[in-house]
Amino acid sequence: MAELRYVHALNKALEDQLSNDDSVFLLGEDIANAGGSFKATRGLLEKFGSDRVRDTPISETALSGLVVGAALTGLKPVLEIMFMDFVTLAMDGIVNQAAKSRFMFGGQASVPLVVRMPHGGGMNAGPQHSQCLEAWFSHVPGLKVVCPATVQDAYALTSAAIRDPDPVILVENKALYAMKGELPDDIPDATIGEALILREGQDVTLVSYGAAVFTCLKAAEAMANEGISVEVIDLRTLQPWDKATVSASLEKTHRAIVVHEAVRSYGAGAEIAATIGEICFDELDAPVGRVGAPFMPVPYAPSLEKAYIPDSQDVIQAIYSALE
Amino acid sequence: MSKQKESPMNIAVLSQLHESMLTIRACETALVKLFSSGDVPGFIHLSHGQEAVAVGVCSALGNLDTLVTTHRGHGHVLARGIPLDGFFKELMGRSTGICKGRSGSMHVADLSIGVLGANGIVGASLPIALGSALAHQVRKTGGVAVAFFGDGAMAEGVLHESLNMAALWQLPMIFACENNGWSEFSPTDQQFSGSLKGLASAFNIKHSKVNGNDLEAVAVASDMARAYAGSSGPIILECMTTRFRGHFEGDAQKYRAQSEIDEFDKKDPINQSAKKLTRLGVSGELMEEMSLRVEERVSAAIDEARVAPLPEFGLALQDVYSDQGVKSYG
Repeated sequence: MAELRYVHALNKALEDQLSNDDSVFLLGEDIANAGGSFKATRGLLEKFGSDRVRDTPISETALSGLVVGAALTGLKPVLEIMFMDFVTLAMDGIVNQAAKSRFMFGGQASVPLVVRMPHGGGMNAGPQHSQCLEAWFSHVPGLKVVCPATVQDAYALTSAAIRDPDPVILVENKALYAMKGELPDDIPDATIGEALILREGQDVTLVSYGAAVFTCLKAAEAMANEGISVEVIDLRTLQPWDKATVSASLEKTHRAIVVHEAVRSYGAGAEIAATIGEICFDELDAPVGRVGAPFMPVPYAPSLEKAYIPDSQDVIQAIYSALE
Repeated sequence: MSKQKESPMNIAVLSQLHESMLTIRACETALVKLFSSGDVPGFIHLSHGQEAVAVGVCSALGNLDTLVTTHRGHGHVLARGIPLDGFFKELMGRSTGICKGRSGSMHVADLSIGVLGANGIVGASLPIALGSALAHQVRKTGGVAVAFFGDGAMAEGVLHESLNMAALWQLPMIFACENNGWSEFSPTDQQFSGSLKGLASAFNIKHSKVNGNDLEAVAVASDMARAYAGSSGPIILECMTTRFRGHFEGDAQKYRAQSEIDEFDKKDPINQSAKKLTRLGVSGELMEEMSLRVEERVSAAIDEARVAPLPEFGLALQDVYSDQGVKSYG
């Protein structure tokens, strides 16, 4: 068991996958010489050389198509998009090509590729360096969407994403990179599509992913002091998402709130809440709540950004509403 | 001029390439009818007049080479050797189509012969070939990747990005442009202020321009381009050609001048090639046999496609993810 930062667990996953499989290679802007904007790829160029860890020009559009061609010709590319906001320039390769190739070609080929991209605010990076756009990708048939929250998952889900035969969008949260946590010596494989119950409870279920799971844990701790028992589920992956774990939890708590940092309207929470309504209607003692960011771009000023990102107070308020 | 000098290529090879052009023309002429009768639905984009580019470029490729093409890609995949029955079954939406009826005309792929797909997005196939070329280089396969694209893609930023990376990394790639002068319904000179030669020079990439309606010229230039890409890095092969039919089938082309349309017969690569073969001594009888053989193969493939089963919806869903059915997507 070692204590290390999220970004180092991610780095170790990349290193181990590069070691395990010669067809894996990393590419992206400033990932090799500079080790990545957030240092996720630091030290890997020296270990694996520039064919395996490749600096690219600032050309997101072509890069998103390039990884599809490379995957169709025997490689397993792991592309870093420096900030999730920049993926707007890469949408054709991801949405029209990667996601559909297997289907369009009648199953002739899988497209094993990973596109890593950090989302989230908290760094006062402003409207074009802070967005959470994961719902877009979860809406596209053919893509898998993974969002590791813990240090262990930074390792295990990154490894699972790279081993997966289909295109995977790996969403990291910038605010988590420096977070420390435990990484066991013998890390069990993660399965894409399996949620984890991070905290057990009886009265209400919080369904979350990414950095927002820690907001939920904080709220759950505060509620415990009030005698309210809160269950916290870390979905870990959004496409597919673990409906079985969520519905089993609701059989116990009968109340659900979906919490995410992304804008609330049309977010992942809308899909999850609607599905809960469909499959757990008889279990529900309250409408499914949703906590998410307001419908506005992520603001720059620290005071504004702090008010913008959902915090544990917002979650606590939603819990009280659900219990009313 | 002696026959030898006029044609450096073997007559047998030229005849074979000519037959490949006839096959493309026959397939697409059949598609005109199948489209108007409703047997082929959706949108189709025909390459009448551009067959020499498809056949000439593909004649230079080796088994390991990969190619991507465009919405106007029937010629390229047929020249590369896609099975005719799989091709027609696909366009007629049958379960035994080459892509099981999921792709139709615009996304035909046959990975077994290195066809990484036609594409419905202008310019999108360029970076796919770029990635394939990168894989050839890194994996040392000895293969090259070919991106067919039209002059309509010249104004797409992704072409410029792809040229840059191909040159930076000296990738084994042929940028095979079919320059027919038209960007969909608009003249390319009203769409793009530069030239492909100018782009080549900006990115330090070798550029070769050829009469794309001259089969032998394209084949010879393609041999050179294939050798160059395999040893020295990316090359642009700009083939000047003529699009006879509309942007899509059903486009009446009211935007084209009659004088341009009047030239089609003269420019037709098949007419030119047939005349050359006759000059080289291929008998009318042999030419007729070739045409009949092609017609028979095409109509047999269509007959087979007509009776092929329709795809099952449940099986289509299985192809969205490799572990569909094991996991619950949606």
